[in-house]
Amino acid sequence: MNFLETFRVAFEAILSNKVRSGLTMLGVIIGVMAVILLVSIGEGARTYITKELTGLGTNLLIITSGKTTTSGGFHPPAAGTVRKLTYDDSLALRRRAWLISDAVPIVFGTGKIKYENRGRDTSIIGTTNEFSRVRNLFVDSGAFISQGDVDSKAKVVVLGRRVKDELFGEESPLGKIVRVADARYRVVGVMRKKGTSLGWDIDDVVFIPVTSGQELFDTDGLFEILASTPRAEDVDRAIVQIKDLLIRRHAHKEDFTIQTQGAILETMGSILGILTAVLGGIAGISLLVGGIGIMNIMLVSVRERTREIGIRKALGARNKDIMAQFIVEAITLSGVGGVIGIFIGVSIALVIPLFVTVLPTTVSAWSIVMAFTFSVAVGVFFGVYPARKAALQDPIQALRYE
Amino acid sequence: MIELVNITKTYRMGSMDITVLTDISLNVQRGEFIAVMGPSGSGKSTLMNILGCLDRPTSGVYYFETREISTLTDDELASVRNTKIGFVFQTFNLLPRFSALKNVEVPLIYSGVPARRRQERAAPLLEKVGLKTRMQHKPTELSGGQQQRVAIARALVNNPSLLLADEPTGNLDSSSGEEILKILSELNHQGVTIILVTHDPEVAAQCNRIINVKDGRIINDQVNA
Repeated sequence: MNFLETFRVAFEAILSNKVRSGLTMLGVIIGVMAVILLVSIGEGARTYITKELTGLGTNLLIITSGKTTTSGGFHPPAAGTVRKLTYDDSLALRRRAWLISDAVPIVFGTGKIKYENRGRDTSIIGTTNEFSRVRNLFVDSGAFISQGDVDSKAKVVVLGRRVKDELFGEESPLGKIVRVADARYRVVGVMRKKGTSLGWDIDDVVFIPVTSGQELFDTDGLFEILASTPRAEDVDRAIVQIKDLLIRRHAHKEDFTIQTQGAILETMGSILGILTAVLGGIAGISLLVGGIGIMNIMLVSVRERTREIGIRKALGARNKDIMAQFIVEAITLSGVGGVIGIFIGVSIALVIPLFVTVLPTTVSAWSIVMAFTFSVAVGVFFGVYPARKAALQDPIQALRYE
Repeated sequence: MIELVNITKTYRMGSMDITVLTDISLNVQRGEFIAVMGPSGSGKSTLMNILGCLDRPTSGVYYFETREISTLTDDELASVRNTKIGFVFQTFNLLPRFSALKNVEVPLIYSGVPARRRQERAAPLLEKVGLKTRMQHKPTELSGGQQQRVAIARALVNNPSLLLADEPTGNLDSSSGEEILKILSELNHQGVTIILVTHDPEVAAQCNRIINVKDGRIINDQVNA
């Protein structure tokens, strides 16, 4: 009995009992749909975060004070006798580490910014001119902080788009005096609108010279130094160079941490990968339940068709012919259910982002292939037992069955 | 063509052994038309099952066209049933979902005949049994006599050496029964060896040899003149 013939017989058997076959398939359909959907949500989150992190600037190195042994991720605040990173450290890096194109010192804090009677609590970043380039953030009007502003500790501020809109509305803020944590600052620029990234509103921020920032927050240290290499393949060598330089400047102690964008990406990626696997696994359980449904119906079907099995055997069907017939029937049920499930799952996954914008989805080819393979495997696994039962029937008993 | 030598068949029921056939020896020549008669429970059905390679004897030897049947595997038995033996049952045993034509084609599926060639072989047989206009009908749309004629066509589709009929007229009214017997008798004249089981002496009277079975033994085996 050839393969095509077996399929034809299976299809006829399935079509002869449409309601029952449909309900049996429903279990697989829901299972496969759940796998596709949940995996696409997990994958969507991963793609989204990867894109956002890459958007922050590529080949980025983040140097923070305090030594942590873990690579990537976030580290606890510095403890013990740790020498802070200083503005001079960043100057030294810029002068002497030739593998990096920038070394941007950053101080960070929050404070109130006021214009006339309107005020807003916002993030304050003290930095230098290179920040704009390294983080791909540019001014819309006016100018960003200049080296001259940094050198002279000028009281100038560049407003994020949202801060400008809140304090000034339609009015042009250039040249106006605002109060940043009670000190008077002159507005020299407004940033281009950038939107939210990873839950942080990049437009809800103001920039001041790093030196003014240190004074404002009463510190001589830095929050971090951002460095970038022109070429991705230089990242590892640049890390060594930065380390050498800073260790020498820090009394031969490695009391700082260098993180790379790549390492952060990797960590986030693996966390989200686990999340996706867990989601897929949970959905897989429902597929398993669908498989048990198939086995149940196949057992009923074998019993109902005992006489048919007897007749076929009397007419020359071998045990393996009968076995193949029922396994193929189970596989057809699960396979067709799988295809329908994939279809519905992919459709829903593509529609979700249109209505729920915070839930990006990515339908990956591997999840479709996996879901289909798994559903067919379920058919084989749960079809074997009923099919064996059918194949091993004694033809004489089967022929007598009423 | 067929030789049974000291065949016995014993079933195990719980702790008891039940002997259904005892020491059966039998010779069947090509072209014979044999009736097997006997009361219910005499063992004639079991004898038919063994002759039809659906069952194996507990002891004894069964030669079918020089092959020793009792040593064959399940698959080899299936192949013998498929190509050498045609079955006609009292209850017709057609597949209810299939048309008459498809039912006749079923044995061809298992002998590996390609789909397009099957119809070429099945259709003429249905014509031969007088069902030319009923080929696409399902069994439920056919009368008992018509269903049995489909079953005969199915039994013949692989040109078997032996046709086994287990009370082929038992579920039919007398006129349909006569038609079926006429067909069988014609087939026998064309050279098909037929063994049929029957209760009906009138049916047996049409055969050229009558075997009586009682309590698992052959008690009488005579040529019918």
